[in-house]
Amino acid sequence: MPADRPRTVYFFGTCVIDLFYPGAGLAGMELLKRQGVRVVFPPEQSCCGQPARNSGYFDEARAVALRQMRAFPEDWPIVVPSGSCAGMMKTHYPDLFDGRPQHDQARAFAARVFELTDFLVNVLDVRLDDRGPPLAVTWHGSCHSMREMGVVDQPKALLRQLANVTLVENPREKECCGFGGTFSVRQPEISAAMVADKVAALEETRTARVVSGDCGCLMNITGAMARSGSPMGGQHIAEFLLERIDG
Amino acid sequence: MGDFTARAPKALNDPTLRRNFRRAMDGLMAKRALQFQDRDAWDALRARGAAAKARVVARLPELLEQLEARLTANGIRVHWAETTAQANAIVLDILRQAGARTVIKGKSMVSEEMELNHHLEAHGIAAIESDLGEYIIQLAGEAPSHIVMPCIHKNKAEIAALFAENIEGLGYTEDVDELTAAARRALRGRFAEADAGISGVNFAVAETGTLVLVENEGNGRLSTTLPPLHIAVMGIEKLAERLDDLPALLALLPRSATGQPITTYVNMISHPRRDGERDGPKAVHVVLLDSGRSRVHADPELRDTLRCIRCGACMNHCPVYSRVGGHTYKFVYPGPIGKILTPQLEGLDCAGDQPHASTLCNACVEVCPVRIPIADILVRLRAESIDPSGSAAVKGAGSMRKSLESLTWKGWALMHSVPLLHRLGTWALSRLGNLIPAAALPPLSTWMRVRSRPVFAPKTLHELAREKGYGNE
Repeated sequence: MPADRPRTVYFFGTCVIDLFYPGAGLAGMELLKRQGVRVVFPPEQSCCGQPARNSGYFDEARAVALRQMRAFPEDWPIVVPSGSCAGMMKTHYPDLFDGRPQHDQARAFAARVFELTDFLVNVLDVRLDDRGPPLAVTWHGSCHSMREMGVVDQPKALLRQLANVTLVENPREKECCGFGGTFSVRQPEISAAMVADKVAALEETRTARVVSGDCGCLMNITGAMARSGSPMGGQHIAEFLLERIDG
Repeated sequence: MGDFTARAPKALNDPTLRRNFRRAMDGLMAKRALQFQDRDAWDALRARGAAAKARVVARLPELLEQLEARLTANGIRVHWAETTAQANAIVLDILRQAGARTVIKGKSMVSEEMELNHHLEAHGIAAIESDLGEYIIQLAGEAPSHIVMPCIHKNKAEIAALFAENIEGLGYTEDVDELTAAARRALRGRFAEADAGISGVNFAVAETGTLVLVENEGNGRLSTTLPPLHIAVMGIEKLAERLDDLPALLALLPRSATGQPITTYVNMISHPRRDGERDGPKAVHVVLLDSGRSRVHADPELRDTLRCIRCGACMNHCPVYSRVGGHTYKFVYPGPIGKILTPQLEGLDCAGDQPHASTLCNACVEVCPVRIPIADILVRLRAESIDPSGSAAVKGAGSMRKSLESLTWKGWALMHSVPLLHRLGTWALSRLGNLIPAAALPPLSTWMRVRSRPVFAPKTLHELAREKGYGNE
């Protein structure tokens, strides 16, 4: 972790945010910018390559990973609004290139990768001024943010900074929502059972919104909420934080 | 192949089964968590356990030779079996030579791998399971659904009904003490009259030639001391290098498995009955089963699978296992460890569906007491299953390759590694993606069975970032 506050950071938008939740990406960049940091979004970026890697298509994953490594050439931190994509880049890029000429490059790249909330808390030490109305929300941490990136308390610390927001923790917070990328369509029945249980656990909090740092989980959870007529909705934490400080 | 997915709904739609597993797994997770509240102590203990088993895996061939030498010196006969069929033949041969007709068994997953009971029965030898859980499923004619708690899929009422039907003189009762007492009465005589005892092994210590067996019911001790003949069956990986490794391993195993700091019984078997000793079996045999393990060991990454101490913590914490239960996997070893072990032992051509029964959530990796990188091995096996070069590492490699799927991933990789193609592709998706009929895209219609359709934003983040001046320089 850099001791100094960086002046410039890269932003890796993720493919899911690019196509489905661009507002979350813009909000993430805006939060960083408001901390006085210059944010650069390299247009040659695309996807971290995790879908291919997790499906066992390592050559394809490497081709895509290599493209990302080239798209972020400067020695700036790479901030990622997803624990899952960040985990792919940080823990699996070095593995993918183990024993190959690009291994050192992959390791150096991995060392620069930060999950957004971790970066806001531990590098930028943000202070948030909540201007929104009183609201209760619950938090969903993605498996990879918790177990690959060690991001458990950081997002909750941000939510707790918001004076008018009550964070209601949900039971089984550490249990997977059942998304798992291709798992959701490869094992549709099990995935359906998992997301139904997840929605029920979130609804137990009697809050109106689940906030998360991963849009894959959000697409799964809010998709199931909408389909089952749940009164709850979901939002990426970057959008939520921005909404609160803008009032 | 591939029928895990097809079997899942049966379990998912069985509310009793779902409830039984959920309740049991919740209880096990809570009990384990209480044992590892001190993070630093857990990390330190786990590091010792992982290192002990990593040493075993690294030095396996020489340690096996050392173990054989020590066991032999202790008067324990050692037998090597490359296949389960050979292991069965060895056990049968030992029993026949001893003129044994009845066998009392302690719990052993390797004997499940061998389907030993069936084999013995087919040759006129009755094997009675003496572990309470195993006894219950033997009565029910079922296979274990969990490697530590074989009848965890059954609740009290189901067991009460089973006992009422099978144990003479016992009416229907859900009183746990009465049920346990009935099983004990039924089993007591069997211990006394058995010609041989068969058990598994938790750790075989290479340094001393000691067989370590942990259990809670005393049935393991009875099975291995009362009959005149004891046969232990074990996989070739279930070793400890030194006695000094046992404190860490014995601290991790029951804590991870059932949340107990130690099991009620820890048996350390060093030799058969010696002259002048009043009890213990007159002969002790160990059957060391390979059954594909050498092949696992040959691969530097996959061999970490062989660290497993069979605590079952991975399945207790698995969100998939806790919803479908052990029988859905169809193989002897269910849950995360089964998903990586089974395809390596049986081949990807017949168990290639197993590595896909995971969200890669890493809950198993987080609790594994010997740090097996289960998620990485799952992904590696997925890669092996579609490897066109037919890698020799795993039997059946490449057997799941489908040309359309491979082509799709090639196209996907091209789109995500050539910026111009990416720009065109995402532009088209954001403008036209919402118009694609769900029926034309099977994954989308599958997704939409229980979820709303994902909606493409009118502009991509790439476009919005450019408009807002976030581009390079």
